[in-house]
Amino acid sequence: MSVELLKGNVAFAEAAVRAGCEAYFGYPITPQTEALEHMAKRMPELGRVFVQAESEVAAINMVYGAAAAGMRTMTSSSSPGVSLMMEGLSYMAGSEVPAVLVDVMRGGPGLGNIAPAQSDYLQMVKGGGHGDYKMIVLAPATVQEMIDLTLLAFDLADRYRIVSVLLADGSMGQMMEGAELPPMKPLAERPAWALTGARDRDTNLVSSIHLDPEEEETFNLHLQAKYAEIEANEVRFEEHLLDDARVAVVAFGTAARVAKTAIAGLRAEGVAAGLLRPITLWPYPEAALRDLAARVDALLVVEMNAGQMVEDVRRIVEGRVPVRFYGRTGGVMPMPEEIADAIRETASAGAASGAPADTAAGGSDAPAQEVPA
Amino acid sequence: MTIQAPEPLLTPVYQYPESLTHVPTHYCPGCTHGIAHRLIAEVIDEMGVRQDTIGVASVGCSVFSYRYFATDFAQAAHGRAPAMATGVKRANPDKLVFTYQGDGDLASIGAAEILHAAVRGENITVFFVNNAIYGMTGGQMAPTTLEGQKTTSSPAGRDAATTGAPLRMSELLAQVDGAAYVVRRSLHDVVQIRRAKKAIRRALEVQRQGLGFAMVELLSSCPTNWGLAPDAALAFIRDEMVPVFPLGDLKVPDEPAAGAPA
Amino acid sequence: MKTDLIIAGFGGQGVLFAGQLLAHAALDADLHTTWYPSYGPEMRGGTANCTVVIADEPIGSPVVARPEAAIVLNLPSLDRYEPLVRPGGLLIVNASLIDREVRRTDVDVIPIPADDVAAELGNPRLTNMVLVGALLSRRAVFTLDHVAATLEKVLPERHRHLLPANRAALERGAELADEVGVAAATD
Repeated sequence: MSVELLKGNVAFAEAAVRAGCEAYFGYPITPQTEALEHMAKRMPELGRVFVQAESEVAAINMVYGAAAAGMRTMTSSSSPGVSLMMEGLSYMAGSEVPAVLVDVMRGGPGLGNIAPAQSDYLQMVKGGGHGDYKMIVLAPATVQEMIDLTLLAFDLADRYRIVSVLLADGSMGQMMEGAELPPMKPLAERPAWALTGARDRDTNLVSSIHLDPEEEETFNLHLQAKYAEIEANEVRFEEHLLDDARVAVVAFGTAARVAKTAIAGLRAEGVAAGLLRPITLWPYPEAALRDLAARVDALLVVEMNAGQMVEDVRRIVEGRVPVRFYGRTGGVMPMPEEIADAIRETASAGAASGAPADTAAGGSDAPAQEVPA
Repeated sequence: MTIQAPEPLLTPVYQYPESLTHVPTHYCPGCTHGIAHRLIAEVIDEMGVRQDTIGVASVGCSVFSYRYFATDFAQAAHGRAPAMATGVKRANPDKLVFTYQGDGDLASIGAAEILHAAVRGENITVFFVNNAIYGMTGGQMAPTTLEGQKTTSSPAGRDAATTGAPLRMSELLAQVDGAAYVVRRSLHDVVQIRRAKKAIRRALEVQRQGLGFAMVELLSSCPTNWGLAPDAALAFIRDEMVPVFPLGDLKVPDEPAAGAPA
Repeated sequence: MKTDLIIAGFGGQGVLFAGQLLAHAALDADLHTTWYPSYGPEMRGGTANCTVVIADEPIGSPVVARPEAAIVLNLPSLDRYEPLVRPGGLLIVNASLIDREVRRTDVDVIPIPADDVAAELGNPRLTNMVLVGALLSRRAVFTLDHVAATLEKVLPERHRHLLPANRAALERGAELADEVGVAAATD
């Protein structure tokens, strides 16, 4: 294997092929369409399933069907299309079938635009669909991670019978970068619970219905126990220049990599800045963040949205350290210089602290907000 | 002297289908869902495919159909059974996959999914139980509700001027190139029931031969939500529904050559 | 080592491919690189641009507010990127399509009549290669031989017969940029 120049959308699609994905169902939407086009060519030439569905609603329910049949299966889309998939995702959580969803996020709300954004954080991490459920949410920050986390997404989905989400953005989907694809994996056997015809065994049922509330509660407690196991075992994050940091950025995906450039510049100026980059947005690196909050003077959350993950950061930090927020929204990518300015402000506020200088910073577009006490 | 077991004097002419479970159904007295289930199960038995068949249940009164069929089953979201069945079938091309859907599920919320399953010529079999009403939620107007028919959401009777006229899904789907077999039958008397069973068999054979999308629409009764006794409900199908939803073959594959066994 | 540049022009002028060629060349030289395009409907006939970052260590931001270099193929692109090039940076201008003077005096301005050169070489689609050649003359990121070798690797089979013409375009662009440089030094 060797490093090649790959576009993010093509990289995750080919990674899925090599992970043994046997069925892809999708619907065209910018900025992820190259993935669908790649699958349209690759899957049939390997004798695997490709269907261009009539809608994202249909696509996710086709995924539900193939997953119920025990195949490694996936779909990919972008924010407005992913909104249409919420029904199917809830049903899949409720019937514990594994599948992979890639959301190449774009600016919204509504039709919005096709530029990169991170404003589906709450939708993916907190549910989006109805009911008490969670999905594993992985946030790549390089094209190599688009590949590596796609492989991980399939493995975790199978291990825990859960939907894994690769939460990327238009920038990750569209950019090209050097990356290495893995060798082709052998296809997996169908699991014993799958719908394959009840030949010489009892019948199998894939269903999310539990009409009796007590029975549904028992099932939900089973889900919660599974989620606790995932929280205990599957947290992933990157710590960048945090050993001596006085101020730390918390950011994921594209926002995190832009912040790295800002931090490099600040380090050259002598500012002790670092980065905590959650790779799993659920389960969230709560312990690492709490530990960090005890060591630094201030935290700055940077997101390509109006402030979503920052809610989790403030919940986890519990006021131990000032938490500021810098965000660009609507598909605007923050530039390193803006983030550097926000880090400087956060650092000076943190150094002067003792005082609860916990107001949110913002770009020219983002008004300062008071943080609830 | 040894006593020999006697040869059976009688051959059974009626027995419980192997493809039905022994779970009592939740359907109301006089409802024809039970007949539809029984016919499908008999056909699966006769074809010897119980272990190679996967059903996809819908949402509505037939939501629990997975309890009654002794085959692998999936429970789909409302209207999405044809999409889910697409995934199941593509993953299991050598198995028989059927959906069992009511008229609210298939003709309203799932109109796009059923249409495009037909457009793709998806090699699945659809059993479409049309009783002109939403049963499970308590008798609301469906796309198939007759003009003037009173329901809990059309208390003055369905007014075509504001709610449209009954939607004939079989006629619609028969227009689609990918549809191989589309017929309408009824369950209102013994003759019609026997015809329905033949159609169910044919629809599964069409799938087994890989000919494409197959659907059998079954006109059915809902005595509870129609406010009719079971016998009056069957008469309602015959007298009121059949004129709006004419029985017959809307699309069938080319017949075998003359002289070939039927 | 780290350099970044923006290439901008009309859709169809080969802007995105020129950037990809440099990114491929970077990988071939065992360097890190990112290529980030404008994407979507504006790619078809409207303006297109891409940002290429090349460095000897992992790259953070794939976007830059103030590029070290810019290659502009049309007037709207000059209007947009002239103010943004970093002081002391490089601004390569397709003089065939842009008839206004560059106002900045604190950047290295290289006007190249790239469309005319491409026409002289017999293929109007070589404009982008002429300008890449000019870039290579002013920024010794890669040798011309290195980029020509990369081009041979990445060019689709059906375009292989265009390799000599592409090579000529790179060379001609570099020569013209050298002449501009000499002229500037003797001013």
